Amino acid sequence: MSIVDRSATELRKLLATGELTSIELTRACLERIERHDATIGAFLRVDAARALDQAAAIDRRRQAGEPLGPLAGLPVAVKDVLCDRDTITSCASRMLAEFRSPYDSTVVGKLKQADAVLIGRTNMDEFAMGGSTENSAFQPTRNPWDPTRTPGGSSGGSAAAVAARMAPLAIGTDTGGSIRQPAGLCGIVGMKPTYGRVSRFGLVAFASSLDQVGPFATTTEDAALLLEAISGHDPRDSTSINQPTPRYTESINKPLAGLKLGVVPEHFGAGLDPEVASSVRAAIEVYKSLGAEVKEVPLPHGKYGVAAYYVIAPSEASSNLARYDGVHFGFRADQSAALAELAAERQELIAAGKTAAADNVDAPLVRMYRSTREAGFGAEVKRRIMLGAYALSAGYYDAYYLKALKVRRLIRRDFDEAFQQVDLIVGPVTAGPAFKLGEMVDDPLAMYLVDLYTVSANLAGIPALSLPCGVTKAGLPIGLQLQAPPLAEERLLRGARMYEAATDWHTQRPSLGGAR
Amino acid sequence: MALTRADVEKVALLARLRLTEAELETMTDQLSQIVGYVDLLGEVDTADVEPMAHAVEVTNVFAADVVEPSLTREAALANAPRHNGRGYLVPAVLGE
Repeated sequence: MSIVDRSATELRKLLATGELTSIELTRACLERIERHDATIGAFLRVDAARALDQAAAIDRRRQAGEPLGPLAGLPVAVKDVLCDRDTITSCASRMLAEFRSPYDSTVVGKLKQADAVLIGRTNMDEFAMGGSTENSAFQPTRNPWDPTRTPGGSSGGSAAAVAARMAPLAIGTDTGGSIRQPAGLCGIVGMKPTYGRVSRFGLVAFASSLDQVGPFATTTEDAALLLEAISGHDPRDSTSINQPTPRYTESINKPLAGLKLGVVPEHFGAGLDPEVASSVRAAIEVYKSLGAEVKEVPLPHGKYGVAAYYVIAPSEASSNLARYDGVHFGFRADQSAALAELAAERQELIAAGKTAAADNVDAPLVRMYRSTREAGFGAEVKRRIMLGAYALSAGYYDAYYLKALKVRRLIRRDFDEAFQQVDLIVGPVTAGPAFKLGEMVDDPLAMYLVDLYTVSANLAGIPALSLPCGVTKAGLPIGLQLQAPPLAEERLLRGARMYEAATDWHTQRPSLGGAR
Repeated sequence: MALTRADVEKVALLARLRLTEAELETMTDQLSQIVGYVDLLGEVDTADVEPMAHAVEVTNVFAADVVEPSLTREAALANAPRHNGRGYLVPAVLGE
């Protein structure tokens, strides 16, 4: 077994006993990236020198017997949406291609404090908007199980990096499924914590009431390890929850006695791939064999989740992304060209006798904003900004935005009622396995509907997790989703671990063309 | 509900975006399709339902009123496309 095939929990023990150094481990990951990332495209930037420096420093401190953090010497890949001081945070957008953050996000700061090795920055859909990572302004990412297919998104780079064993751990963000969906499509574990469990300070905002940072790993134990390191109250994020972080790593191997599991009949409707359906049903049988009681629970408003989400998320996005104006930071379109074009437009209108229209052309500052945003944003980001601006505009606010917020409460109430009866809800994470690259790029609505099973957890703010539960005949992984009440991450992880301990789907890995 | 081209042009100005002719056409179609789907929300009875703006409904989170270190001017200007060392530079707003 190669070192990169080991779980972070195993690696941590090997590092602690001195059987392995962080330099050796970091080199092994860098070699893996070197060999496979030209095909996979998981990383936007890898700073090998910095990673090796960090690893060497941790090895030295370990030799000297100094106390070390919980992730000491473990390489962690970070989605390119969390600020890391003095380095580029691009959000896979031309708008921020050169942006160097003047401060650390709380999550990156916690990773540094935990003595993790920050091995590289992973690809994503631009500003985390998308479900295939094809909306990156820089490169597509390919699924390690089949390079003609998507790894999912928006955290596709982080998921692919862990699935291809380029890093044992990675950080993603989940606004409507952006951790759980790629985890499912790449055959790994991915978790969205309760909204507020992990600080959003220094996370570049997409939809502030939905965004949440979370871990990717190859096992539930590793996800617990990473979650424990990044969680906690942060006075710099006023929506962060002021509750102590439980020791997930200490409880994860304790099975849940008398587990009551909820199954949502609506999750097995038309559109669910038969292979996914049978794997999820088989997983439910595994739980029954472990003593779980399975109960049907309705989530009657679940079918409105995608509609509510695609009003709320774009509305918040249109407001959050107003900051990209070409003034304070980031890209600005060629100003003299934009102003010359504006002057020419005006002249043309005057020459044609259209003086009223000539008076109505953009003011120079407005034109600068518009040219900058025209050239700086990709198609999907523009689409969502437009959708949000429309939903919030005069005359439509009540019909769309306010209506969606009311439906959001009903979705939350459904969960509250369901969790009175059951401890966890189990079901599919996606309707089908990884789709082909390019398959949905011209059909945004079809792409939005991919989020069917995942958006409700974001709207309700509850924690949810995806873990491997099968492989299709064509060799593509299938994910199982578990959802829990607010702040019940401990229960969620223990419940997931019960299934993992009884099955071996998490040990399956992509062959990457046979080259290991 | 279908959006017209004029709606899309108006929203593009509100959103400070510019769309090419071709983009304007695709955007009109795509937004109409998406808004058409979102109209599904209309069938939900939401009478007497309070809107839920946030997953964690905490209110009145205050920070202590203490001066803390913040970015230097140099750091704040470092990422600006145009600046003069003191402030951000933009095209003339009040004319030449």
